[in-house]
This record gives sequence, structure tokens and C-alpha cells, in this order.
Amino acid sequence: MGFFGGVTALAKGFATTLQFAFRKKPTVQYPTVKKQHAPRFHGLHELRRYADGKERCIGCELCAIACPANAITVIGAENTPEDRRSPGERYAARYEIDELRCIFCGLCEEACPTDAIVLTPRFEMADYRRGSFVYSKDRLLVPPDAGVGTAPDERPGGIPADIGAVIEQKGTVDIAAGYGATHRGEILKTERRGLAG
Amino acid sequence: MLDAVPLWLIVLLKSAIVLFIVITTFAYSMLFERKVMGWMQLRPGPNRVGPWGLLQPAADAAKMLFKEDLTPETADPLIYKLAPFISLICAMGAFAVIPFSESSAGLWGVANVNAGILVIFALTSIGVYGISLAGWSSGSKYPLLGAVRSTAQMISYELAMTLSVIGVLILAGTTSLAGIVHAQHRVWFIVPQLVGFIIYIITAVAETNRAPFDLVEAETELVGGFHTEYSGLRFGLFFIAEYLNMITVACIATLLFLGGWNAPLGLTFVPGIIWFVLKAGLFIFMYIWLRTTLPRLRYDRLMNFGWKVLLPVATLNLMVTAAIVAVTG
Repeated sequence: MGFFGGVTALAKGFATTLQFAFRKKPTVQYPTVKKQHAPRFHGLHELRRYADGKERCIGCELCAIACPANAITVIGAENTPEDRRSPGERYAARYEIDELRCIFCGLCEEACPTDAIVLTPRFEMADYRRGSFVYSKDRLLVPPDAGVGTAPDERPGGIPADIGAVIEQKGTVDIAAGYGATHRGEILKTERRGLAG
Repeated sequence: MLDAVPLWLIVLLKSAIVLFIVITTFAYSMLFERKVMGWMQLRPGPNRVGPWGLLQPAADAAKMLFKEDLTPETADPLIYKLAPFISLICAMGAFAVIPFSESSAGLWGVANVNAGILVIFALTSIGVYGISLAGWSSGSKYPLLGAVRSTAQMISYELAMTLSVIGVLILAGTTSLAGIVHAQHRVWFIVPQLVGFIIYIITAVAETNRAPFDLVEAETELVGGFHTEYSGLRFGLFFIAEYLNMITVACIATLLFLGGWNAPLGLTFVPGIIWFVLKAGLFIFMYIWLRTTLPRLRYDRLMNFGWKVLLPVATLNLMVTAAIVAVTG
């Protein structure tokens, strides 16, 4: 590389940086703009109810057993005729999830025989104290007046309205688009197209 | 009416105005740098403080002010505390002799010194003491290495820089900055002194310790170089001095090579000060562009380049210029 080679190399470098200055920036202005996520994104847990307001959880502790991170504590109790919390014999007197231990794998969801525990797409759980991350029933259970909660299979794509302002919301979610970078992703994409067409 | 106002008051007012403008320029050239660097690295740059990040400099200044001002135990306290001021005062002083534009009332600047370019070189040379003394008095090895590098780098590059400027002085026949601008009324000196111009911009980058010649601070090797131990306001002063030096060399390049406030292509309806700001701004943009594009030079290559390339070429350029001027008169 002589003198002119060097100068050409320099010029190429300068042209590259200048071009980049005018490219579209991939930055998402996060707190004001939220990105679309996959419809079955694993976020904060939710304990669902039946349409009559009864809790779905029957306190069987299968989720606690399935949990690979030992993040779930369930202490069941008997329903009494005067105080029926759930349709079955038992209900969860205590239901606690340590969200700091949780690895958001979704095995609790799969283990649950009544579809009571589900993972919602909520992911903004930041707090100041470790203790605040132990979610008990008062925060996990869907409030009585807030519907029954949605099973992941029935959940539409996108961010639930109660999470906050979403500017970058699309109608449908193209999950495979995210895998585009890998070979496996390309296969997924074609499979998906085949299914759709 | 102006006769009634004492001279010292006029000078004081002029200085205050120039200083205010220069410090504001510093603040926003810093923001401009962060923005442009962001864009070139596919980021939006600062945009949280105020609309388009315009209040970022104020936020930075407030942060600097409230940070703790530490002095290491091994430092030489007096020199350690004085060094940032040496850098800053020299950087600020240079603006006293820079003419920014001209109207029928006279030059727009604090003082019209007939050896303006010499004053500026003298001041920027003293400014190096700020860096060297800061590194030496910190009592710590990395700042010392930065200071040693600074001394060596300044000597190597100042020679070539001065030689490149002498070509312009020969053509203009004066050392007054206003005189040099007047001499470029017809042709800017970038045309007859293209080689000198290229040498000047390269050495100016080295003189102001900017990437890719920022061996003095080289954070990958020397932590922070000469200002490793500095914090808070004193660090801020070095920061201001560095940017002011950058603005100074941009102004000098404009005055010496780009015709100062002379309008290009006969576009005289645009005021001279706008042309001056545009031309100097172009240099500052070039600095930023350079910083995002090129990696830092290795130290021995920097020295080789300065002594074995720039200095001979600058000398040759000077000799050819002198010969042509001598022959053509």
C-alpha cells in the first residue's frame, strides 16, 4: 500500500462514517416508546380467576414442584362451605413467587392443571428492595373487578393496554422476523410461510 | 459618545462579550460533537435534557460543579491546583487577538495586535505547560507518562505547524491576523498553500491532543493521561481548555487559509461573521469526523510521521514558497 493506497483507504473510512451519520438509528426511546414483543413473551406472573370470580388455583403445589429455580411457595388450605375461594376442595392460602429467583421459563404455567398461573408480558418490575420482589397473592391475583386474566394461548400480540404508552405498535407480530439472522431462523421463517400460505 | 467611555471599560466589555460567546461555543461544540459522534455510531446522541438535548451542556456543567475536587496525597498541591488554570487561561487568552469579522467601524475582536499570529502561538505553547505540569505534579505514573508524551508530541508537531504557517506569512507579508485576511481578498491562501494547509490541519489535531493524536490522554493505555487524577471542576477546566484550543485552531485555519470573513464566490450579502462561523464550524465538524473515523496512532508512528514526513514536507513547502515569492517579487 503506497501513498495513494493509503489516501484511498482513508477516504473510504471517512465516507463510511459519514454515511452512517445519515442512516436510520435503531435506538428505541424506551420509556416513551415501547417495542413490540412476541405474543407469548414470558414476563411477570398472574393468578387467574373463573368467570364467577372464584380463584382458579387449587393449591396443588405442582407449580412449586415444577419450578427449577425454587421460586414458588404455595401453602394450600381447605375450602369451607362458608368461605369458598376456589371451585375445588382446596385453595392457595399463601402463594408467593420470588421474581428475583424466577428464570421465567414458564414451567409453572405448563404444570398447572387449572391454568391458574400464567406469565403475562409485563416486564417492568424494577424496585428498590429485594423484599419487594417477593410477589404474594395481593399482587399476583387478578383483582376481582379486573376480569379473569388471559391464558397465553388466547392472548393477542402486543403489549397489554395497562402497561403504558406504546407508540411502536404493529397490528400483527412477525416473530420469525426476529430470527432472520440465523440459518435456523430462515428455516423457521419458511416453515411459517408454508403454514400461512 | 464613545469617546467619553474609558478605554479600559471598552476592552473589559469586549472581553466579556467574546468570553461569553466563546464559552457558549465551547458548550455547544461539545454537544455537537456528542451528537455527530452518536449519529456516526448509529446512536441518536444526547436527547434527554431539554428539546433535542440542547440543555445537556448546562446539566454537564452542574454535574462538574458538584463533584468532589480530589487532590492525591503524593501530588505537589500548589502546581497540581494551578495547572488547569495555566491551560485554561492560555486557551482563553488566544481569543483576545482573533478578529472574527470586520465592519466599517473596525475589527470585531478584543485587540488588533500587529503580531497576532505570534501571540497565539506563544499562548498555545505556554498552554502545553498546563498539561505537562498537571501530569508531573499529580505524583502518579500514568499522568506522568501523559505529560512526557505531551511534551514530546508538542515539540515535534509545533515545528511543522509553525513552518506551515510561515508560508502564509511570506505570502501575506504581515503577521497581523487582520492583514492576513485582507491579503486573501482575491485568492484564499488554501490555493497557493495547499500543502501548508494540509500540514496545518494535521499538526493542529496533534497540537490540541485530539484523536487520532490524543496520545496524551490515551485512555486505553494511560487511564486518562495527564488528567487521570483530576476530578470535578479542575477536570472541567482541562476539558474547556481542550475545546477552546480546538476552536482556536479552527479559527486560525479559517483566518490563515480560508480567507477569514471574506465571502466566497462574491456572496457578499451574507455578513462576514456568518462566513467566519461557517468556516470555523466546518473545521470543528472535521475534527469530530476525524475522531470517529480513525483509531489512535501508535506512539512511535506518531513521532516518525511528525519528524520524517511532516517536518521535511513543511520545510520544502516553505522553501518553494519563499523561492517563488523571491523570484516573482
